[in-house]
Amino acid sequence: MTHWIPLWLHRLSSPPTFYRFAGAVWPWAMGLALLAGAIGLYGALVLAPPDYQQGDAYRIIFIHVPSAWMSMFIYAVMGVASFVALVWRIKLAEVVAMQSAPIGAAFTFITLVTGSLWGKPMWGTWWTWDARLTSELVLLFLYLGVIGLYHAFEDRRQGARAAGFLAIIGVINVPIVHFSVNWWNTLHQGSTINVFGASKIAADMLWPLLVLTLATKLYYVASLCRRVRTDLLALEGGKDWVRTLAAREAAP
Amino acid sequence: MNHPRLIHACKAMLWRDLTLAWRRRGDIAMPVLYALIVTMLFPFALGPEDTLLQRIAGGIVLVTVLLAMLLTLDAMFSSDIEDGSLEQLVLSPQPLALLLGMKILAHWLTTALPLIVIAPLLAAMLHLPNAVIPILLLALLLATPLLSLLGAVLVALTAGTRRSGMLLALMLLPLCMPAVIFAAGAVAAAQQGLPWLAPIAWLAAALVLAVVLAPLACAAALRIALDA
Repeated sequence: MTHWIPLWLHRLSSPPTFYRFAGAVWPWAMGLALLAGAIGLYGALVLAPPDYQQGDAYRIIFIHVPSAWMSMFIYAVMGVASFVALVWRIKLAEVVAMQSAPIGAAFTFITLVTGSLWGKPMWGTWWTWDARLTSELVLLFLYLGVIGLYHAFEDRRQGARAAGFLAIIGVINVPIVHFSVNWWNTLHQGSTINVFGASKIAADMLWPLLVLTLATKLYYVASLCRRVRTDLLALEGGKDWVRTLAAREAAP
Repeated sequence: MNHPRLIHACKAMLWRDLTLAWRRRGDIAMPVLYALIVTMLFPFALGPEDTLLQRIAGGIVLVTVLLAMLLTLDAMFSSDIEDGSLEQLVLSPQPLALLLGMKILAHWLTTALPLIVIAPLLAAMLHLPNAVIPILLLALLLATPLLSLLGAVLVALTAGTRRSGMLLALMLLPLCMPAVIFAAGAVAAAQQGLPWLAPIAWLAAALVLAVVLAPLACAAALRIALDA
């Protein structure tokens, strides 16, 4: 019944196989991320015309929006990985979830900082208690809570499971927070890019944004691969495959 | 045969926790004193003008009660972990979620209820109009059990760790934000003479959801935190 799933897919959940796989993937992902980032930034900072209303200040959107998308995307990845880890007790899923958290927190922080820099010329203030800003700040606290809980345990696998449970609670909580603060206060502009239906953005501004989004996704993949590789080595320190690996690298 | 046993177990659980709390009556007074002190500090910091205090009174009382409850959350399972009775609870034949629900109820009765009782005094100290105080009490009656339930899940998650005080606050903030918004929204609406039923209804809906789900989540979290 499950013939259509290629055999290598479930083999990837074994730490040594994933270690090799991630080692092969990350240079490509990082290279492509740098390439896409360079092209996207050139398009964003040089080719795209200034906005008729916001002038050149709007260009911060090219960093702000991809980071904001990544902050939510990574949280979703973390939630799904935590769910997989808790239900099927797959060690790799725990590692992926816990190593995603710091990357996601960094993207959330970048979103908040760039948003604040953008808010100063546009709204005349660094910070305002607007719904979207507040939800993003809450997202940062959720990330920090997950990271903090993970490190509070002495046993790392137990910490990963507890923090994963917190991440899943957060998945339920994020829509509630967003809805409640929306009801409370709103100043932020609405969505400009719609997946379904027409976007309210000019094409020569849209393509650098999409290329930079791709660049951040690739960077996340590369960064995650490296982090997971390091963590797997630490977690599986006593196992045979790590010993063989260490012996091979130690030998000239 | 099983059914009356379950009720007996729940009763015994609730009675045990209430007795334990009664034996240490001084601990019950601590959050109340804390709330009084925090509320007293606001007029000193902001100046004693009635209009300003009146405007922020509802929010201050809500936040103070929340912080006072946060102080006591940490101790919810700590003594049971130390003497090993929590492990016995996990091993008992009765559903863990139900027994934990009783523990949460006992926690709410011993910490939140005294706070709700002195809330009118706190509100009066900040010159909240008398007509608004019933709405504030209603909001607190719905928001505090919500905090107890959500807090219990997080306390259960940190049950296996040594230091959890600040971490608990960090984890509780995103979860309790909607409750604070709706409770404060109801009080503010009542103060301005606007209809206040909608936020109260949202709070009640959230409470119903939490009463059903939080004990189950708490049991799952405890099982994660205790198996090493």
